[in-house]
Amino acid sequence: MTRERITIFALSSGRPPCAIAIIRISGPQALVAARAVTGRDLPGPRQAALRHFREPGTGELIDEGLLLWFPAAQSITGEPLVELHCHGSQAVVRDLQDALAELPGLRAAEAGDFTRRAFANGRMDLASVEGLGDLLTAETAQQRRAAMAMMGGALSRKIEHWTGDLRRLAAQVEARLDFSDEGDVVEAGAAAGLADRIGQIADEIARELAKPSAERLKDGVRVAIGGPPNAGKSTFFNALIGRDAAIVSPIAGTTRDIIEASVAIGGIPMVIADSAGLRDSDDAIERIGVDRAEALLGAADIILWLGDQAAQPTTAGILLQVRAKADLVADGAEPDPATGFDLSAVTGEGMDRLIAALTDAAGGLMPAPGDYALSQRQRQVLARAAEALHEILGLEDEILVSECLRMALTTLDELTGRATTEAVLDELFSGFCIGK
Amino acid sequence: MTVDHVYDVIIVGGGHAGTEAAAAAARRGARTLLVTAKPAAIGELSCNPSIGGLGKGHLVREIDALDGLMARAADRATIHRRMLNGSKGAAVRGPRIQADRMLYRAAVQQLLREQAGLAIAAAEVTALALGPGGIVAGVHLDDERVVAGRAVVITTGTFLGAVMFRGAERMPGGRLGEHVATRLAAQMRDLDLPLGRLKTGTPARLDGRTIDWAALERQPSDREPWAMSFLPLDHAHELPQLACAITRTNVKTHAVVRDNLGHSPLFSGDIEGRGPRYCPSLEDKVLRFGDRDGHQIFLEPEGLNTHLVYPNGLSSSLPADIQRAMIRTLPGLEAAEMVVPGYAVEYDHIDPRALDRTLALPPIPGLYLAGQVNGTTGYEEAAAQGVVAGTNAAAHALDLPPLILDRAQSYIGVMIDDLCLQGITEPYRMLTARAEFRLRLRADNAATRLTPVAIDAGLAGPLRQQWWGARARAMEALGQSFDNILRPAALQQAGADVRDDGVRRSAREWARFPSVSLTHLQGALPDLREGDPLLLEEIMQDATYAPYVERQEAEVRALRANEAIALPADFDFSAIGGLSTEMIERLSMAKPATLGAAARIRGVTPAALAALLVASRQHAA
Repeated sequence: MTRERITIFALSSGRPPCAIAIIRISGPQALVAARAVTGRDLPGPRQAALRHFREPGTGELIDEGLLLWFPAAQSITGEPLVELHCHGSQAVVRDLQDALAELPGLRAAEAGDFTRRAFANGRMDLASVEGLGDLLTAETAQQRRAAMAMMGGALSRKIEHWTGDLRRLAAQVEARLDFSDEGDVVEAGAAAGLADRIGQIADEIARELAKPSAERLKDGVRVAIGGPPNAGKSTFFNALIGRDAAIVSPIAGTTRDIIEASVAIGGIPMVIADSAGLRDSDDAIERIGVDRAEALLGAADIILWLGDQAAQPTTAGILLQVRAKADLVADGAEPDPATGFDLSAVTGEGMDRLIAALTDAAGGLMPAPGDYALSQRQRQVLARAAEALHEILGLEDEILVSECLRMALTTLDELTGRATTEAVLDELFSGFCIGK
Repeated sequence: MTVDHVYDVIIVGGGHAGTEAAAAAARRGARTLLVTAKPAAIGELSCNPSIGGLGKGHLVREIDALDGLMARAADRATIHRRMLNGSKGAAVRGPRIQADRMLYRAAVQQLLREQAGLAIAAAEVTALALGPGGIVAGVHLDDERVVAGRAVVITTGTFLGAVMFRGAERMPGGRLGEHVATRLAAQMRDLDLPLGRLKTGTPARLDGRTIDWAALERQPSDREPWAMSFLPLDHAHELPQLACAITRTNVKTHAVVRDNLGHSPLFSGDIEGRGPRYCPSLEDKVLRFGDRDGHQIFLEPEGLNTHLVYPNGLSSSLPADIQRAMIRTLPGLEAAEMVVPGYAVEYDHIDPRALDRTLALPPIPGLYLAGQVNGTTGYEEAAAQGVVAGTNAAAHALDLPPLILDRAQSYIGVMIDDLCLQGITEPYRMLTARAEFRLRLRADNAATRLTPVAIDAGLAGPLRQQWWGARARAMEALGQSFDNILRPAALQQAGADVRDDGVRRSAREWARFPSVSLTHLQGALPDLREGDPLLLEEIMQDATYAPYVERQEAEVRALRANEAIALPADFDFSAIGGLSTEMIERLSMAKPATLGAAARIRGVTPAALAALLVASRQHAA
């Protein structure tokens, strides 16, 4: 069988139009392809050089830009990798990609191809791959930092630490199961500490699970504005997001459906939602709007409540009490300043104080700077591992203990893509003098 | 040169792999010839006198479930039995017996004589005879005869370049007083197969009359008798049971070893092969675990009519006089006489990744390898491979379907899968930890798992089939009894500590409750009092592990689904994009037949599997 290993290419920067676009080529033909589109020798590895990019068949000039290449040993994919930095016009990007597609052994990359090669070539483990995915979609500085933490292997290191300990514990149990007839093992393997350490690891995993999720980081903190009709919610909403997204009128019940806007306030991604005022209504459409608003408030991380303090909805999240029409209210009827904010969305008075409080509250829901956040999948896997560990605490039969340890280990392996049994045996043989 | 008889299958070697291979091929209906230089040594226990143990006992039961010889021979020679992990879960209980060497050998030879379609020849095989296209045509013997055969199974143990070491002594040869098949070895070497070098060792044998038994802790045989084989033992074979004794090495022993390490070929650099980590020589133990002040040594009688005692744990290749001095530092052995000193053996093995899962060596159609030559250690591991190789050699000769056991079905399947996919870095020994599905792979349910497979494959003799028929009927009747519905109150009356939640459950469901024992169920359900204790125990154990076994079902399904995705035999792994050099090397050595097999190879990542899957589809298209 003689089949060429395929070389892949793709637009690796944002979607044009934009200032600069980067097309990456990875695979055995990458350098040949680079020579073909530039018609010249390559610069030294990892050195940028200005080149004309041409259609190799006709020699027609497509663009002028920078060319940069990395040898396999130093590239992120583990293969020869070329970057073409061209102008970010749709036509240039399209023509350049068309030209590459014409070259033998090259094809457009499919989603995840580059990462898959990096992973397959041992350049990243699964957790890092997921971190990279987050980095590429990161929009705010905080998202980027969390993605960098994950890609740098912060999660991998933590998992490594757990699996290291679990393997040692598993080796003790296995030694007692497979070598119980040997005096050495029976002494060394006294179950002391097994339950303690397993309990600790389960707790550490639980702490990870209690941390903010990556979804919140990616999708933003859910902030809902609520209150009775005509409390000034929509004016306040528009002021928060900095544009007129919601229709504002003095007529109560103007906002019927939920209006959302994604914004970054203080560097924190938030989805701010304006909702219908909460009241009993005979209007069928308004009634639906009110139901939706209630659901929205129920799911919100932070509620900005513009109604009476007494009528505050119950929430598992955070509630900030707001009086939005400070410009219209006479002095004297102020809410408690410790829990409430007087402001005028119209004049902007008091907005700074509210925004500072909102940023604080939202920031608390975000991973600490430089910490990573777990994706839904990672949380599910960790939850399963924790479940297996908890189960051990109620078990006496060592073979079932070992089965639960195996499940916890293979589950954690799903996050880093490594294998278990042989590693446990290595641990066993290095720790015990076995053999009669 | 004259061509002698024509056989379907020729087995080379009369050790544990060879005897099982010969018997299995014959049971499957192949006209079979076993060739060995010393027929009188067939069935020899050349190292320790025990059979079974943890993991190994599972293999013995599986061999028996496939109607092999080992368990039946062991039952006729048992002079000490011990159910290891008796207090732990049934899935890791390991039956182990000690055999009278002479009786064991006699039993194996008797079973072979009784096997129809099997002949034994006293000769040395000097070479494989190859036909047109390099396929197996038979074997050349040392008396110039050529014996024709369609398939050949080589089970000659350490015949490839074995050297014995003891102090400064060097002796070519696998074991004391045995021939080395050097010409056959040369031919195998010419095939340019990947080889590795391993090391093993054996302790000195002591004269039991010179051991102070009274000073030592005794380890008696299990009080309750049990058998290795599922087939009922004829009581005429029940032998007197002997006790073993336990002693310990001490600082004086270790000092003798340390002072003389310079005389050990292990540390002089003369021995390069990797030894087993689970069966180290005393020199290794003293050096690697220097902080320990003593190691347990078991003194195991070798038979009813011999004074030889096997000091299990004292393997050494130090010079004979130093071994004697070292042995005499142990309590109870102060005046012990050494009959034969211990020694180490270094030998070549074939990288088992060259084999497929039928234990065939694909470059030479018709050639099968089993036993130590594949890098395993232990009688049980060799015998289990023998059954599979013999069965498949017969399949090759008679055009029958091959026998391939999977990991979720048997320890034998785990072992062969490990060998063919991972290769080895030390002599491979079965451990229960190697079997991820061990909760379902118990020693007590081996017949349920494998005897139907044996019957389907035509591998079960008439006696086994008859036994299975009766057992299946008894099991079905018991199964119906376990379907009886019981109220919680009925179990409470029988003494079980259960809550009366008003829920009526079948006896099988009640059996899952940790607080419900067989005695409770028998109290509540008179039908169960009559059942065969072994079958009742199996059903109870099934119930105990059922929740875990059910949870593993998804894993088993994934395993079998991936096993259904075949990878092309001529797959060029280096041509697949995105595989690391290390992965390409491992995949190319193991040549996994399926995606599932590829997934189990160490270091192969999920992403690499995706690439394999895509590439295999492109290949097929």
